[in-house]
Amino acid sequence: MTPRFVLGRIGFYTLIAVLLAFFTIPLLWLVTAPFTSDPTYEVRWPDFTWENFQAVVEHPYALPSLWNSLVLSVGTALLVVVMAALAAYALSRVRLPGRDALLYALLLLSSIITGTAAMVPLFQLAVELNLIDSQLGLILILTGGLLPAAIFMLKDFMDSTPKSYEESARVFGASPLQIVRHVVVPLVRPGLATIAVWAIANVWGNFLMPYLLLSDVEKQPAAVITYTLYTEGGQANLRMLSTFGLLYSVPVVLMYLFVSKKYGFRFHGGIKR
Amino acid sequence: MAQAISPPEVLDDKAPGRDRYSSDAAGLGRLRAGVFVAPALLLIAAFLVFPALWVLYLGLTNYRLTGAAAAEPRFVGLDNFLDAIANPTFWNSTWLTVQFVLGSAVIGQVVLGFTIAWLLRDRRGPLKRLVEGLVILAWILPSAVVSFLWVALLDRDGGTLNALLGIPGFPWLLDHPMLSIIIFNTWRGTAFSMMLYGAALGNVPPSHLESARLAGASGWQQLRDVVFPHIRGHILTNLLLISLWTFNDFSPFLLTAGGPDGRSEVLAVHVYKVALQSGELGYGAAVSTIILLINLVVAVFYLRLLRSKK
Repeated sequence: MTPRFVLGRIGFYTLIAVLLAFFTIPLLWLVTAPFTSDPTYEVRWPDFTWENFQAVVEHPYALPSLWNSLVLSVGTALLVVVMAALAAYALSRVRLPGRDALLYALLLLSSIITGTAAMVPLFQLAVELNLIDSQLGLILILTGGLLPAAIFMLKDFMDSTPKSYEESARVFGASPLQIVRHVVVPLVRPGLATIAVWAIANVWGNFLMPYLLLSDVEKQPAAVITYTLYTEGGQANLRMLSTFGLLYSVPVVLMYLFVSKKYGFRFHGGIKR
Repeated sequence: MAQAISPPEVLDDKAPGRDRYSSDAAGLGRLRAGVFVAPALLLIAAFLVFPALWVLYLGLTNYRLTGAAAAEPRFVGLDNFLDAIANPTFWNSTWLTVQFVLGSAVIGQVVLGFTIAWLLRDRRGPLKRLVEGLVILAWILPSAVVSFLWVALLDRDGGTLNALLGIPGFPWLLDHPMLSIIIFNTWRGTAFSMMLYGAALGNVPPSHLESARLAGASGWQQLRDVVFPHIRGHILTNLLLISLWTFNDFSPFLLTAGGPDGRSEVLAVHVYKVALQSGELGYGAAVSTIILLINLVVAVFYLRLLRSKK
């Protein structure tokens, strides 16, 4: 127990305390205000009322927007997983000419073409194709943006699974689609789950694209409704906003807890944004 | 998309060894592999590649959201780019974006992410899980929610920060909009750096650190002479990726809407404002083109780095 050691301990716990405060304080409002009958911007000890949740339930667009978020994110995730799995499988197993260049180009594209860079043409494209206010249109656009990274991640995953099962399945006369469904999918299920969760998290939090392409309030997801709630009418309705924000956040937190418990939270390059 | 499956090939497939195209494991054959890849490529082409090419063209027109140029945009060459160069708002946004990326990504997230990973390097148990859990929580929560949390935190009159500091009435968002979004983005984005450095530090051989310690190296010397050289590749990867993400991040719009008076109008917000609020789509596309080119440069560096590691 040298003085230097003691000082080191004190320094360590001070730093940890500062870090904990920095990361906790902004979150405190989100967990207290929804249970406070008349919340202000300041964090206060709540009086544990459920009235605010009542207000969210009665709000015409709040719960439907959570449903919209679910439709958008699950729809996108399904499309991404199916299309990326087929593509990654073929790219992993067959030596197509120019395959490596294609994969390289895909990875490059997905990192440089962002919502910010492509918002003008995507908006125009949606207008021309009559996809404004179309949830399916938005799903297709989001899928197109997520696919390259998904293919890349899945291909890596498939490269590391053994090919011998597929060969024997083939000897017994299984068709390629049957092989994918009954042999490959079970083998790469953790990879598919990762991609699905990654896609859901991406779309669930996405604000820019739905804000640009969905003007019908009945079709907007929770991200856009949250923004509307605090800019509408000049004065933010804090009861509504805090409670709705909490409800909107809970699903991703649960999903994260589930994933980190089941698979151990690993991340793959390019997650989120 | 001309690759349809021809009937004879389907039949061939039942008989192993008779695949005419290749001898791959699944008997896919090149044609059918093409069919597997086609749907994904079609969507990527339509909603990723085409928009990127189209923005290059739009930037060369006087396309507008309303008026005559909405129906029939005219080719104007490099006029939009010259306008941008002559436009102080564009340069203001560029400078603010540099501040945003340098401040929140290069300094904020890297330093904070590394510090947390370094502090927790040898630890297991609840403290580590608590700190990491909170940092990751800040990362996974929807940006529309966390940006509002920061609006509440930084509010001039009722905000928690002013209450804690005892300085009611201090207008963070109005007086220091850039500082606000830099701290906000540091808070929100540190998780990625923390996890990356956590993994990287696990690969630094403990024996090297041990011998440095025995040789009497101070903590800082150990970092400088053992740790940093060892994780140089990770630092570079980290810098490139988070710079790219921050550069394209639209969430400052949620926090300050670019205001007050454009004092936090980073390029991502600038494009939105000029193109979709003011309706100057051609000019907005020109600025988007500049963003694309900068993205391209950073991404090429990043991919080179990845390749050299493999």
